[in-house]
Amino acid sequence: MTAYIVRRVLVAVPTLVILIFACFFLMQVAPGGPFTSERPLPPQVLANIEARYGLDQPLWKQMWDYLVGIVTRFDFGPSFAYRDRDVNDIIAQGFPVTLTYGLISFAVATFAGMGIGVAAAVRHNTWLDYIAVGATFSAQALPNFVMAPILVIVFTWQLGWLPGGGWNGGQWQYLVMPVIALSTSYVASITRITRSSMLETLNSDFIRTARAKGLPEHRVIWRHAMKPAMLPVVSYLGPTFVAMITGSVVIDVYFSTGGIGRAYVDSALNRDYAVMLGVTILYGGLTVLFNLLVDVAYAWLDPKIRY
Amino acid sequence: MSVIEVTNLSVSFDTQDGAVEAVKDVSFHIDRGECLGIVGESGAGKSQTFLAAMGLLANNGRTSGSVRFGGRELLGLTPKEANRVRGAELAMIFQDPLTALTPHLTVAQQMAEVLSTHRGTRGADAERICLEWLERVQIAEAKRRLRQYPHELSGGMRQRVMIAMAMLCSPKLLIADEPTTALDATVQAEILDLMARLQAEENTAIALITHDMGVVARMCDRVEVMRLGAFVESGNVEDIFHAPQHDHTKMLLDSMPRLDQAKPQASPEVMSTGAILKVRDLKVNFPIKLDRGLFGRAAILRAVDGVSFDLAPGETLGIVGESGGGKSTLARAVLRLLPETHGSVTWLGKELTMLEGKALTKERRNLQIVFQDPLASLNPRMTISASIAEPLRTFQPTLTSRERKIKVAEMMERVGLDQRMINRYPHELSGGQNQRVGIARAMINRPKLVICDEAVSALDVSIQSQIIELLKELQADMGLSMLFISHDLSVVRDISHRIMVLYLGQVVELAGRDALYSAPEHPYTRMLISAAPIPDPRVERTRNRIRIPGELSSPLEPAAALRFLPSRRGQPDYRPRLQEVRPGHWVAEHDTLEAILAARASSGMPRAAVD
Repeated sequence: MTAYIVRRVLVAVPTLVILIFACFFLMQVAPGGPFTSERPLPPQVLANIEARYGLDQPLWKQMWDYLVGIVTRFDFGPSFAYRDRDVNDIIAQGFPVTLTYGLISFAVATFAGMGIGVAAAVRHNTWLDYIAVGATFSAQALPNFVMAPILVIVFTWQLGWLPGGGWNGGQWQYLVMPVIALSTSYVASITRITRSSMLETLNSDFIRTARAKGLPEHRVIWRHAMKPAMLPVVSYLGPTFVAMITGSVVIDVYFSTGGIGRAYVDSALNRDYAVMLGVTILYGGLTVLFNLLVDVAYAWLDPKIRY
Repeated sequence: MSVIEVTNLSVSFDTQDGAVEAVKDVSFHIDRGECLGIVGESGAGKSQTFLAAMGLLANNGRTSGSVRFGGRELLGLTPKEANRVRGAELAMIFQDPLTALTPHLTVAQQMAEVLSTHRGTRGADAERICLEWLERVQIAEAKRRLRQYPHELSGGMRQRVMIAMAMLCSPKLLIADEPTTALDATVQAEILDLMARLQAEENTAIALITHDMGVVARMCDRVEVMRLGAFVESGNVEDIFHAPQHDHTKMLLDSMPRLDQAKPQASPEVMSTGAILKVRDLKVNFPIKLDRGLFGRAAILRAVDGVSFDLAPGETLGIVGESGGGKSTLARAVLRLLPETHGSVTWLGKELTMLEGKALTKERRNLQIVFQDPLASLNPRMTISASIAEPLRTFQPTLTSRERKIKVAEMMERVGLDQRMINRYPHELSGGQNQRVGIARAMINRPKLVICDEAVSALDVSIQSQIIELLKELQADMGLSMLFISHDLSVVRDISHRIMVLYLGQVVELAGRDALYSAPEHPYTRMLISAAPIPDPRVERTRNRIRIPGELSSPLEPAAALRFLPSRRGQPDYRPRLQEVRPGHWVAEHDTLEAILAARASSGMPRAAVD
């Protein structure tokens, strides 16, 4: 197991390096740079600025320096748009916010989805099951950018119960709507996956054996059916977590929560490619990390999986 | 005194097409310590009868009638009340030991929870009882098995675990639903012995559900014959076998192939002596990753390990052996369906192993295969006529669609498929019908060689004998050669001219069919023949069995290849040579049975001889 994790981490390194190179290259290909504006700068000024950020160097040298900076100093370079801040500062400011509501949304999606899914499967073809199926069917059609304005209209404009935006140190009133907006469609997806997987498991031979042994039904479900039924759900959790973090692009814009998504959108508008690159690599690293966690969870759920 | 008394039991299922009656008004009883056999073909309602008694029917199941067990009515119990009975006084084991155990719990965990639920015994006490029972079911290295997961055990071991688990609370009745159907013949023989012994020692009554008249002949005191949800005949085992009254019973007995009596050979004798297929020293190796760890150690699994044989035009060569013996791999290697093989396969003078691309495709017209699972081997999105016509499109592209239709219609008629079925899909057909489609597809270009890879193993005996008759007729019509692969020695006897026995990828015996059964030479062949049950209680209960304890060894184990030649154990790379003991009768080098048993006992092999 340990060896497997080590091997997976070793494989992740080249993945990330390729990601860095690919992103760097794509940024260069995109037309325009951070200092192109409608009124062209005098050539001397432009040359000075470019020299300061190292943009006059050949491309391979820029790329190499960038990579060396990340590997040796964990330094993603200076921001092009904000004179006295570098990319690390921007990430350090926004990421904790994003991580806070991202993790909460992830937990809500996972536990609510699994809970409703298992309940619906166990009470198959009862009113509970029908309601769960109906509700998830509609909820799946509500991605975060649809949920966010609806929530604001209802809870802020109409009812006036919740603040329409801001962060305020992460007080709960400010967290409710971002979390609901982010998690709704994922609660629905996880419910559906859990329900169908649980139904399939409950029909399998070993559940029949467990019942033939005279075990009480709660024991059949929790001890015998739960782990096998979780396998497909767990494989969906990796992408779900990544979606929670990248969903911050929408949430930060709607609710002004000040997470990393805001910086991401701004950097694109400002052609601040240092920030864009930094955030993209951060997202990439998280994706790799979560897929690894999912594979580890798989091994725990299913002893047949060997590495 | 009867343990269970079933009166007028009916089971029906509510479906979208209305209620389906699975069990119709059956009544029976089982006495203490008695073994009742319930035989019938698939879908006869055998399992549903007992699932109803266990309260394990699907949610849409309805029951009526009465099931009295130990003075209590079982039908209509709440799950809580039923849970006090099942697992304790009433236990059940199932057909497929591969799926019947929970994959993520260890053997000890699964067994111990029976004790904690019914007896309140936990911890070390429970573990001690589990270990005792694992030893009583003669599982090798019982102590180690407690910590293992089901996937780490062989099929036979898992069924032993199931039996031990069912016996933990000493039930009054053990319901065994096709307990040995998924197992190899030698393992089946051991499991049946075990059940018979427990029945005698514990005085447990057994309800044995099976389709196999041979198993009934060996185990049962009384028999109920079931057809379409109803009992059509009941009686003691002697009467059922020697004086059957109902047509269905007679049909079941007649279609059961018998090891000890060959049916008259229907397929024509082989005329020509030349070989159309020559296989020489064929080897197939699969690399297997053994260790976990950063750099897993790789081992080589020799699935086919130097097989040679000739096949004459119009001849059927039967290939038998247990699972893991390399039968299917051999078939696929001959047809070049595997990428990496060594050795030579000569087809009509051409070296098949050298052919590539178009030249190989051209030869495939004459080289066809019929697979075991008829439903899985047909494309579910193609109508059966499209599946049958596909080889025509490939090999006779000049045919017009009208000509193709005529040929498909002729072929369908030939294999006994109704013309009205042309637009049906595989899932709408029965297993036997689908296998006819598979045969029609293989035969439509009139090939010269057809390989049947366990082609009848998944079918009911009555269908099985029909398919075998069909294959014989087609062979007579077309003069084709066949390789007929099966784990079932009696089926092979009915169809083959010669028979080859494979053990771990090597030929251990090759002989004419009658010679092989009347005078088997190799201990492995003798063991296989003596393990196969004969559907005749008098013969079955009196014959001597050759038992070499232990299950089929893993092909990865270096000593396994020399299991029957322990005197050469010092030379692990030694391969037993084939010797011609009589004209046409080849036997691999082996030691005497006594020497093999002695070597097995002295080398501390898992289990000592039991009986």
